[in-house]
Amino acid sequence: MSARAQSTAERIDTTAERRRLESVVVRFAGDSGDGMQLTGTRFTEAVALAGNDLATFPDFPAEIRAPTGTTYGVSAFQINFGAREIRTSGDQPDVLVAMNPAALKVNVRDLRDGGLLVVDTGSFKDRDLKKAGYEQNPLTDGSLKRYQVVEIDISKLTLEAVKATGLSQRDALRCKNMWTLGLVYWMYDRDRKATVDWLTQRFAKRPELAAANIAAVNAGHAFGETAELPGIQGFYVPPASISPGLYRTVTGAEALSWGLVAGTQLAGLKMVFCSYPITPASSVLHALAGMKQFDVLTFQAEDEIAAACAAIGASYAGALGITSSSGPGVALKTEAIGLAIGVELPLVVVNSQRAGPSTGMPTKTEQSDLFQSVWGRNADSPVAVLAARSAGDCFEVAVEAVRLATRFMTPVILLTDGYLANAAEPWRIPEFAKLQPFPVRFHTDTAGFQPFLRDETTLARIWAKPGTPGLEHRIGGLEKDYNTGHISYDPDNHQKMTEVRAAKIRNIANDIPPQIVDQGRPMGRMAVVGWGSTYGPISRAVSNARKRGLDVSHIHLRYLWPMPRNLGELLRGYEQVLVPEMNMGQLKAILRAEYLVPAAGLNKVSGQPFKIAQIEQAIVAGLEG
Amino acid sequence: MNAPTKIDKLQPKDFASDQELRWCPGCGDYAIIKSVHKALADLGATRENTVFVSGIGCAARFPYYMSTYGFHTIHGRAPAIASGIKLANPELDVWIVSGDGDALSIGGNHLLHLLRRNVDVNFLLFNNEIYGLTKGQYSPTSRLGTKSPSTPLGSVELPVSATVFALGVGARFVARGIDTQQQRLPEVLKRAHAHRGASFVEIFQNCIVYNDGAFDGFTAKPVADEAQIHLEHGKPLLYGKDRKRGLRLDLRRLRLEAVTLGEAGVGEADILVHDETNRTLAGMLAALEPPMPVAIGVLYCDPAPTYEAAVQRQVDEVRAKQSRAPDLDALMRRGHTWTVTA
Repeated sequence: MSARAQSTAERIDTTAERRRLESVVVRFAGDSGDGMQLTGTRFTEAVALAGNDLATFPDFPAEIRAPTGTTYGVSAFQINFGAREIRTSGDQPDVLVAMNPAALKVNVRDLRDGGLLVVDTGSFKDRDLKKAGYEQNPLTDGSLKRYQVVEIDISKLTLEAVKATGLSQRDALRCKNMWTLGLVYWMYDRDRKATVDWLTQRFAKRPELAAANIAAVNAGHAFGETAELPGIQGFYVPPASISPGLYRTVTGAEALSWGLVAGTQLAGLKMVFCSYPITPASSVLHALAGMKQFDVLTFQAEDEIAAACAAIGASYAGALGITSSSGPGVALKTEAIGLAIGVELPLVVVNSQRAGPSTGMPTKTEQSDLFQSVWGRNADSPVAVLAARSAGDCFEVAVEAVRLATRFMTPVILLTDGYLANAAEPWRIPEFAKLQPFPVRFHTDTAGFQPFLRDETTLARIWAKPGTPGLEHRIGGLEKDYNTGHISYDPDNHQKMTEVRAAKIRNIANDIPPQIVDQGRPMGRMAVVGWGSTYGPISRAVSNARKRGLDVSHIHLRYLWPMPRNLGELLRGYEQVLVPEMNMGQLKAILRAEYLVPAAGLNKVSGQPFKIAQIEQAIVAGLEG
Repeated sequence: MNAPTKIDKLQPKDFASDQELRWCPGCGDYAIIKSVHKALADLGATRENTVFVSGIGCAARFPYYMSTYGFHTIHGRAPAIASGIKLANPELDVWIVSGDGDALSIGGNHLLHLLRRNVDVNFLLFNNEIYGLTKGQYSPTSRLGTKSPSTPLGSVELPVSATVFALGVGARFVARGIDTQQQRLPEVLKRAHAHRGASFVEIFQNCIVYNDGAFDGFTAKPVADEAQIHLEHGKPLLYGKDRKRGLRLDLRRLRLEAVTLGEAGVGEADILVHDETNRTLAGMLAALEPPMPVAIGVLYCDPAPTYEAAVQRQVDEVRAKQSRAPDLDALMRRGHTWTVTA
């Protein structure tokens, strides 16, 4: 199948003298103040518009303005793009752009041997080297000889390029990232137009800044075209073969926000989104605060507990309450989630997981809150738990979380992670009109009313909201009588109610699709079972191993509690079950406990996503070792 | 379907649920719930639009005894739950019932923000200066030296004043009542209800088991007249059996002083006139403690826009600017997109 990408802008065909590449990994690294995230985001857009498949990995420090030039203030953005399907942000960069010595120091060890290293020599003065902790200049001491080093005084060239705009030296130097972007655009033959448009719009009120940044982009591009530096050569990465449709780039936070809005619209409910700022979850609050036209109310609560409680109050009153946080914040919400379980009200709890315990590493990714989600409450308190596997998948999973919360009158925990929240990928935009509505019907019938009347199939209780005449009732955290909803301390009743709450959640397994095998046979020598953002590296590792002729399959779970009803049987069809996780073995333990299968773990908790090679090696070791 | 029926105005007893009250015999809560029933009946409230929200504690059982909607939640968090209710449906008439531990200890932060934001709810704090449901420990309003199971040698903490706290965090309506004052308390509750925004009412409530007589110093019959001052907006701050006592501003010390009309040349013109909109005066009245008279009634009332109205106004403004129905498809297609064809 051949695919053709139609960019909105014209392309200049210079492919003739360019070297063709199937895929390439580029990492931009600099000081937090150097605008590396912005550079990466703009480059991502240009690459996507050119029809490549891609995956990105933004990696930035927790400090807002770490001291300039230090290693802990380094911010990086990696992108893997290509003519083939791209599933991860790439194990090793082929190209590293280092805007200062600190960025070099932190990132150079990842660059592949023979890789291209572009450095701004204008930032390699003695003072800069010292701040980064270099005793000798790495550019002259021979330590970089494994790489192809290209030294350019980007600072000076940027100053020259923007001189005409009359900016102060400080402001002018801030255009360095755009100069670099222009150079990289030339190297990969990517169109500047989208970036120029974006700069024009972004600095509409400061035209001199727009002009300077555009001049820098153009100068970097012209430099590539004219400079005859070894290493600075033109490449051509043809468009990828991608399913037809309308595409955009999307981050997990954006897709999640839109999915929650889509879900509440499909349910016919008003959304009350309650959150307390926390990294890396705040971007969802920000996105939704700007979507008021969709009957979305956002509430920045005084703390995590209040956020969860306000969401429960909103659900009690007939809206859909949603709360969002990261692991430490979800820990604070725990008692409130228990209340929602007890009174059986819908609630969506989004957890953008990050490295822990405690404050841990707020901007680094991990998937170590699975136990917290499934079991982390006092008493027998089951909830549904879902996980998104990619930025785009956040949309579908968010819709599903709203559907299950309202259909089963239960809290649903939706797990994403820091990597998913920030990473961007091309996304085929869904059509809202084609999604299946699941309108909520509030109870209005006074005949035989009690607040815990249940649906026979789902076991969900009715939703009777205040304001409805004749249905006045009282609910609370105390145990309720099965038949009347009144407070009850009866021993048999508590046994029954506990069992009903558990059965209701187990029943969800009958309402979700059976587990499919993503790649490979539904039985065989090894299943690699993953969940969440490890989808990309597992998928590529399994397909590489299969190309080598190994009998291995990939199973990726969206539904973590309850699990799909065929999962146990499916897993028992494999001799080995390998579970790669960014934690110390949480899904592995659950699979072993639930299905008595000999699951083995592959665990990584470095705050960085898996590399394909790490998983591939574990597969090979298991099957050939 | 239920045919709409014309119902006569509900009577106080119509607001009682079918559940048997389970407070200790002689508990002040019995008197308070009677006042609440009466206030709701006087106000012409409807059961379906009234919601009682509570946290944990003796007072928090309140919603179960009402025939309205009710939500008995978790310790200290009723203000947060109530805020969510008002965001979802601002039309509901929401009352929060809390105690001194629930409101000022575990839930102090939420009460602060509820009052500061000015969410349109009525917050009733039943202050008995003790923990009842957990069996008698001292509370954040217990007086210094209170002996309790957890402070056998007496508490060493200074208490918080509920009304001074409420004024300090920006409440726009602050009032006080006494459980047994069956004429006055419903009037205070009605004023609280009439106020748009967060209305804070501290009710002195006697715990007959763990802190009996805690407020006798100003509530016991023989002393009540001389130990309480009942506030009325625009009226001189007079009290006492013959209304001969009054409050005057001691300018040199910048504090209130109790004086007697006709003594030492004090005339009615010397007596301060209560102004509910004056927060400085409210603060001085809130701080009065025996042997000065304890201020009862509406200390402060100065309405400001409510939180949920402001939130809703922003939504309405955004929606009014939309030329057509909000379109998620259009939103998701904003910015740079590209088409891949087969």
